[in-house]
Amino acid sequence: MIERTPIFNAVTYAIMLGGLLVVLLPVWMAFTAATQTVEAVNRIPFSFALGDELLTNLGAAWQRGDFGTKLANSFILATGVTLGKVMIAALSAFSIVYFNYRLRTIFFWVIFVTLMLPLEVRIVPTYAIAANALAPLQAILDVTGISALIAVLSGVQVSLQWNLLNSYVGLILPLVATATGTFLYRQFFMTVPDELAEAAKMDGAGAFRFFVEILMPLSRTNMLALATIMFVYAWNQYLWPLLVTTDRGTYGTAIIALKQMVPNPYGGLPDWNVAMAAALIVMLPPVVVVALMQRWFVRGLIATEK
Amino acid sequence: MSSISIRNVRKAYGKREVVHGVDLEFADGAFVVILGPSGCGKSTLLRMIAGLEEITAGEIRIGDKVVNRLEPRERGCAMVFQNYALYPHMSVAGNIGYALRVAGVPKAERERRVAEVARVVGLENYLSRRPGELSGGQRQRVAMGRAIVREPKVFLFDEPLSNLDAKLRVQMRAEIRRLHKRLAATSVFVTHDQVEAMTLADTLVVMNGGRVEQVGAPAEVYHRPRTRFVGAFIGAPAMNFIDGTMAADSFTFDGRRVAVEWPFARAHAGRPVALGVRPEQVELVAADSPGALPATVDFVEELGAGRVVYTDIDGLPFAVTLSEETDLAPGERVGLKLLPQSLHFFDGETGLRLGLAESVETSRAAVAAA
Repeated sequence: MIERTPIFNAVTYAIMLGGLLVVLLPVWMAFTAATQTVEAVNRIPFSFALGDELLTNLGAAWQRGDFGTKLANSFILATGVTLGKVMIAALSAFSIVYFNYRLRTIFFWVIFVTLMLPLEVRIVPTYAIAANALAPLQAILDVTGISALIAVLSGVQVSLQWNLLNSYVGLILPLVATATGTFLYRQFFMTVPDELAEAAKMDGAGAFRFFVEILMPLSRTNMLALATIMFVYAWNQYLWPLLVTTDRGTYGTAIIALKQMVPNPYGGLPDWNVAMAAALIVMLPPVVVVALMQRWFVRGLIATEK
Repeated sequence: MSSISIRNVRKAYGKREVVHGVDLEFADGAFVVILGPSGCGKSTLLRMIAGLEEITAGEIRIGDKVVNRLEPRERGCAMVFQNYALYPHMSVAGNIGYALRVAGVPKAERERRVAEVARVVGLENYLSRRPGELSGGQRQRVAMGRAIVREPKVFLFDEPLSNLDAKLRVQMRAEIRRLHKRLAATSVFVTHDQVEAMTLADTLVVMNGGRVEQVGAPAEVYHRPRTRFVGAFIGAPAMNFIDGTMAADSFTFDGRRVAVEWPFARAHAGRPVALGVRPEQVELVAADSPGALPATVDFVEELGAGRVVYTDIDGLPFAVTLSEETDLAPGERVGLKLLPQSLHFFDGETGLRLGLAESVETSRAAVAAA
């Protein structure tokens, strides 16, 4: 459909430009602040003039935030979460779409419900499990009386322990389960014609082979789109890493380090210039990922390439 | 040995039964076409042979092996799907060779066989293309190549030509026929297109509502439809039907009388009967000719080689095909002369062809009349 609506177009552009401004202004402000000296940055009103202290500030921020370790940690966390999510989401969607078993609808709804229970809501139980990942199993053994039975029979007191606090596994696992990804894949799998699965069956390919050799290559764009979203999501996690890591020197993430660099109101002259330089550093990796992936990202979300 | 034997096979989805006890025997190397309207269960039957649908009851044998519980890959069938179902991310060679790759055939042999099959289906210059870069006919050939490469005992075709344009369809039809001659594998071809069915089949199976209506050679099915449904379904334009009553030497309807030379007329006298007449077995004569049914011309369809005159006998539609030119205009009165030896009679209640058991005499009577 071709429409000629110059006024409508102008309004659309105006709104888009407004949105762009809203997004870019804080970034620009952070950037100018990061170039200024601590005196300049505290002058009121704030001056958008560029200073020449950018490298000094970045250096100071890098030192103080220990970003060498922290960025590496964040990177491990984000990559782990992304890979885990992409794989688990693909497998769970595969199960829901292609297999007909009695509990399918129930599993589907269970996954669906987790959409309404983000990590922040279930943070206390999640923490309890991270403190001892085998606690649920222990509880089952206790309730069913199996652990009592073992104690009577062998004299061994069953006490399962698997502490995930202060570990990469503990950082990553609770963030991996994802309903969003499962849904994205599900929508895509449902657009794949049934005959394709049947043709593979006739060709002798089993379910797993079909999944790996046919479905996965076909959902490449979806996978990249999901990976992009999830990388940014995981990179920006704050609450969970804060809780699960007490040994921040070793396992702290860049976001935690950044938060610690925000000047507190009771100290001396607040060095916003260094904090903003740190913000720039922390912002960079997701920006790079999105920039590299955006071509796939858009295609994966809108198109069904077949 | 790869005959197919289907014994009392049923298919139900939950409580709804869609195939009600089908019994069929296909000889080794036969080309069988299953014809029927949409929803008649023909595709379901094919998919049960392939192993893509579970068989609710009954038994299917391929060769002398019962395949009910076998996985599709163990049945030795290859299938060509209506929408081709090619793997979009694989090249033509990859598509054709996928079954071999899954079966673990070494690469060198795989390439040799793929090249050979590509030559058979005329795709040797397209091996590195993706399905998305091919035309409909070429995709169809890839789908056939993919089926051929496994050297199956049985070929299954699920309406494979219905996505092609008319010209290509004729061409592919000839190719399928040629291929079948060359490979001599038992083939089962499902379609709702009667021209496809008539031209391809050695054995034609007509299905309706989950039941087999008739099995036979195409000409036999055309000339001696076993039920009213088959008569109506095969032939274009469709067979004309007149519901009336049988008398000793005539057929009457609506106060009109058609003289009949039919040896069994007496046996069925007084019974409700449907008279079936193929449009090409009617002569158009002057409205006042003796023995002709008077009718009014509704409109004339020009087909080039022939034309169809749609008439009506006091509200009862009746089509006639003519091979010669005509200048009939709508509203004109004409007479329909039914050729007595080419009338079909069906039971007014069950729709079954009358006189089936007495086939020899019927044909003798027809010869005598001619």
